[in-house]
Amino acid sequence: MICFVVFYQFTQQNLPACKPVLTPSWIVTTFLLMGVIFIPIGLVTLRTSHSVIEIVERYDTECIPEKFRGNKVSYIKDSTILKNCSLYLKVPKHMKAPIYIYYQLDNYYQNHRRYVKSRNDQQLLHGLKYNDTSSCQPEDSNNGLPIVPCGLIAWSLFNDTFKFIRESSELVVNRKNIAWKSDRNHKFGKQVYPFNFQNGTFIGGGSLDPSVPLSDQEDLIVWMRTAALPSFRKMYGRIEEDLDADDVIAVHLMNNYNTYSFGGKKKLVLSTSSWLGGKNDFLGVAYVFVGSSSIIISLVFMLLHVKNPRPYGETAYLSWNR
Amino acid sequence: GVIECPGPDKDIRRFDGNLRLLPPFIDNDVCPLTIKNTILQSCYLRNTEWACGVAVYTGKKGKWIKLVWWAHYLGKCYSNETKLGMTRGIPEPKLTAVDAMIDKLTGAIFVFQIVVVIVLGTAGNVWKDTEARKQWYVLYPQEFPWYELLVIPLRFELLCSIMIPISIKVSLDLVKSLYAKFIDWDYEMIDPETDTPSHATNTAISEDLAQVEYILTDKTGTLTENRMIFRRCCIGGIFYGNETGDALKDVGLLNAITSGSPDVIRFLTVMAVCNTVIPAKSKAGAILYKAQSQDEEALVHAAAQLHMVLVNKNASILEIKFNGSVLQYEILETLEFTSDRKRMSVVVKDCHSGNISLLSKGADEAILPYAHAGQQTRTFVEAVEQYSQLGLRTLCLAWREVEEDEYQEWSLMFKEASSTLIDREWRIAEVCQRLEHDLKVLGVTAIEDRLQDGVPETIETLRKAGINFWMLTGDKQNTAIQIALSCNFISPEPKGQLLSIDGKTEDEVCRSLERVLLTMRITTSEPKDVAFVVDGWALEIALKHYRKAFTELAILSRTAICCRVTPSQKAQLVELLKSCDYRTLAIGDGGNDVRMIQKADIGVGISGREGLQAARAADYSIGKFRFLKRLILVHGRYSYNRTAFLSQYSFYKSLLICFIQIFFSFISGLSGTSLFNSVSLMAYNVFYTSIPVLVSTIDKDLSEGTVMQHPQILFYCQAGRLLNPSTFAGWFGRPLFHGREAIVAFVISIHVYAYEKSEMEEVSMVALSGCIWLQAFVVALETNSFTVFQHLAIWGNLVAFYIINWIFSAIPSSGMYTIMFRLCSQPSYWITMFLIVAAGMGPIVALKYFRYTYRASKINILQQAERMGGPILSLGTIEPQPRAIEKDVAPLSITQPRSRSPVYEPLLSDSPNTRRSFGSGTPFDFFQSPSRLSSIYSRNCKDN
Repeated sequence: MICFVVFYQFTQQNLPACKPVLTPSWIVTTFLLMGVIFIPIGLVTLRTSHSVIEIVERYDTECIPEKFRGNKVSYIKDSTILKNCSLYLKVPKHMKAPIYIYYQLDNYYQNHRRYVKSRNDQQLLHGLKYNDTSSCQPEDSNNGLPIVPCGLIAWSLFNDTFKFIRESSELVVNRKNIAWKSDRNHKFGKQVYPFNFQNGTFIGGGSLDPSVPLSDQEDLIVWMRTAALPSFRKMYGRIEEDLDADDVIAVHLMNNYNTYSFGGKKKLVLSTSSWLGGKNDFLGVAYVFVGSSSIIISLVFMLLHVKNPRPYGETAYLSWNR
Repeated sequence: GVIECPGPDKDIRRFDGNLRLLPPFIDNDVCPLTIKNTILQSCYLRNTEWACGVAVYTGKKGKWIKLVWWAHYLGKCYSNETKLGMTRGIPEPKLTAVDAMIDKLTGAIFVFQIVVVIVLGTAGNVWKDTEARKQWYVLYPQEFPWYELLVIPLRFELLCSIMIPISIKVSLDLVKSLYAKFIDWDYEMIDPETDTPSHATNTAISEDLAQVEYILTDKTGTLTENRMIFRRCCIGGIFYGNETGDALKDVGLLNAITSGSPDVIRFLTVMAVCNTVIPAKSKAGAILYKAQSQDEEALVHAAAQLHMVLVNKNASILEIKFNGSVLQYEILETLEFTSDRKRMSVVVKDCHSGNISLLSKGADEAILPYAHAGQQTRTFVEAVEQYSQLGLRTLCLAWREVEEDEYQEWSLMFKEASSTLIDREWRIAEVCQRLEHDLKVLGVTAIEDRLQDGVPETIETLRKAGINFWMLTGDKQNTAIQIALSCNFISPEPKGQLLSIDGKTEDEVCRSLERVLLTMRITTSEPKDVAFVVDGWALEIALKHYRKAFTELAILSRTAICCRVTPSQKAQLVELLKSCDYRTLAIGDGGNDVRMIQKADIGVGISGREGLQAARAADYSIGKFRFLKRLILVHGRYSYNRTAFLSQYSFYKSLLICFIQIFFSFISGLSGTSLFNSVSLMAYNVFYTSIPVLVSTIDKDLSEGTVMQHPQILFYCQAGRLLNPSTFAGWFGRPLFHGREAIVAFVISIHVYAYEKSEMEEVSMVALSGCIWLQAFVVALETNSFTVFQHLAIWGNLVAFYIINWIFSAIPSSGMYTIMFRLCSQPSYWITMFLIVAAGMGPIVALKYFRYTYRASKINILQQAERMGGPILSLGTIEPQPRAIEKDVAPLSITQPRSRSPVYEPLLSDSPNTRRSFGSGTPFDFFQSPSRLSSIYSRNCKDN
């Protein structure tokens, strides 16, 4: 019965309808309310973001020995040189475990179309059983044999390594569970082992241990979650003990990865975490900004209304009635 | 036998053929076949036991089949009266102004797209050569074939292809059929008398209804009820029915009948005999008359009430009962009515005395000139004039005796003429002319055709809405003017002024035309209602020789009355207005309006008493003229508003996502990477965004009552104020400039999801859900009235978006496996959505409020008034008041019966009359006048 009534009203275009009017009081209240809600949220978010302690250290320039500064590219490409390097980081404030270790690359286009497309999800899951690797071009095969894992993304795997030493004792870095669990279980095969990888004449990034299945190659899994922005951080591991303020941490790293040919930057990041993630002031600032502009708008409209009240629906404004 | 006939032609209402019977038949004679002997496709044959026929024009390509039938009845060839179901011709496909505009805008978008592709493609190639080659991990080959240069532009073309939403065509078709359904469903447009609902045959042109600028209307049956009633008559110089308004009750006439005045009896005989009416006995014994012409039926009915009853028509024998005695006539020939001859005659033989006589009836100008030399016709001219001033339809009746020899001689010629194959109509007319002379004029009949209910109100409302009315009628000038006056078509002096274009020769017409044009030019600045009246003859000359001047006149004049026009002239006038880029609506009810209806941008047929020809050929059929108001103001206006919103919104939402893709290309090395995965892109236009906007088809900006009270609001639709390049530019620029939704959604997504969170799939879903949230709120903001469906569609769609994406996120093999679950469990995701909505909607709401309050359009003011229960609602609705002709017109003609000639004299520019100043502004001089004037000159007529 009700259906029939609704249908009848629908056919007569006569459905009961709510027709909101943008009245001054409604608008002023809405904007005021928006400001009142947004500013506190913004402040809370800002506070959260500030509670995150973060150490960012750029190391790509300093880790080139003095004599190679003029020609960084040939230095990094020379495989005969051992590229170790040491950094000293000072902890500004007490950092609570877990402390996440990220490496950050700037000006690195993991979102380039040619790069993004050059992978094969089927092969990552099924290995050599899946042999259509045309999507991986130009890194699909080498010496007539397919490459596992194929494609530019895997081929350009990041291969700097870091070691952390506090007061002459090495900090334990947990490098397990840094990749998404869903990727390990459903995207990368447990029976798939690297094959023919980095075997060509032109070596890209890091190599993989052929005896470890892909599902356990967490660095690869992390790397293959391509970043949407040309500046990104990827998880390297976790330090599972607190760091105290003014601790000095020595970082021994192998500066293997080439960002010099295209002017990219490499940074090491140690960061704690909050319920919003890492340190990012944007949300908080944006909330405070939107909230305060709402209040300004609401005040402006209030003033406008008080100074220049417009009677609503005054048919005298209709020019044909004048 | 053999049938000779010309090849199939376009005119299906003519058939000129011959039947030649071969030797075994003794009667080796040629028998003419006309349209009377043919039955068109899907016709019903009635009143006969059996019939046999031959199919003609059955060719492969034949669009219709004409069947030639003879109904043998009492052994004699008898042409059966069949209603011709007018086969619809092949009307040109109609394209609405809105569609044309959308096509243009699509073209503009396409150009924009190409420009974007070329610019970004070039930039991409440059970036590739300067930057990407250094990026070793992209591994660009050093050598490449030339066509590699095309790869990046083509990638961008793929990215931008979403800019032109393909779904818009599907959605538009969908909503258009819904508009048509709304018309079919409308209870208020059901004719209460016959229970015929209105019907939209053409489902594609509802928006055009709101953009109509000219309505060309037929008179009889459209404005009037086409229910003829015999009211007055003038017999031999004596007026009957002037006192009572009804000749049937006039004592003088009744006395004259009982006393057996020969003139009166002759008059009644002509009324009863000279027609093509067929009497049929009902089961109860009453006599029913079946007539094609309403006038004839009225005359026969009137004669019957005056004791001259047409009892029976058996083949050619006609029986009349008069005062108890039965008179028998044998009909020898029927000289058909044609619109050229404007009269019909019958040749009858009195079975009793054997005298042959010719009985004629017809328009005054077709009868009076043929009166025999000695007769004074002045009284009849006066009578005709007087009647037509009252808005009555007049017919002159005449007769003469024909000698046996003369008849025999003429009969042969007639037979020969009727069986010619070439120019039959003209030949017959010529032969008829030879008999129809020296007539003794008996008198004049006056038949009233009542105005339909609500006609004056409808015309007034629609004129207020800025629509110009032209009346095209086959009737006499005076009758037409009177009807026009009584239905608010033209205003009586001093507010209105009627100019007449007449003349029999080219020069006269030219002079008259120029004079009228001059007056028009002067008076356009005055708040005055100037109309012109033209008859068929002058129109023909004007259209042929002075087309340019007449076109200008047509543009200047808001109202015109064209009388004595033929169907093809009606169509020509429609063409003329269309050629000046006006949107025309033709409304009519009869077969003679079909051509006009098919030619016009919108054809409306009235399914009235003249059959369904017009209704079948039309785009819309309605039961009564007054429904036109609702059809245009309610259905047309809503359709236009809705389509305007829907089409622009469709472009807007595509542009929104497209701009985000373009922004993303700037941070992805101009390589043409798509931020969104293919599933999202496909679903975006088809599922995520189309449903909320489809529900805008039940959105109403103003209630029906408000629109009816303020029909001027239609101006917004007529002038295309809601869908034109500038409004479109608003919607187009919205994602970038004043709304900045694209910037907001993109910037917020990439800033919140930066660094360790900048995973491709996640950022893509954040940006996409940001867009969907914004869409929901934008639609909600643009919706004027929220019904259950709106809420369901807008918020349900949002929920559906999450459900669909959760389903995709649950499939391990899909690219976005677990993405949506991860996002939804992050507080930062929800905070981001909240921020996108607030930052995106805040400025739009503020801007909308500001415009709504401080720069309010007329629509806004009415909306406010309507919703705040302002003063206009207390005015109450205008109730249509039934008006009859006598009530309004009779006093007009009595107070000034002769002071002014029936046609207002054309006022010369130098005559003092023109410069008279008239009262204050007229109601319909709102924003029309200045804009009209400028538009007149800006429109370039194709004829010029």
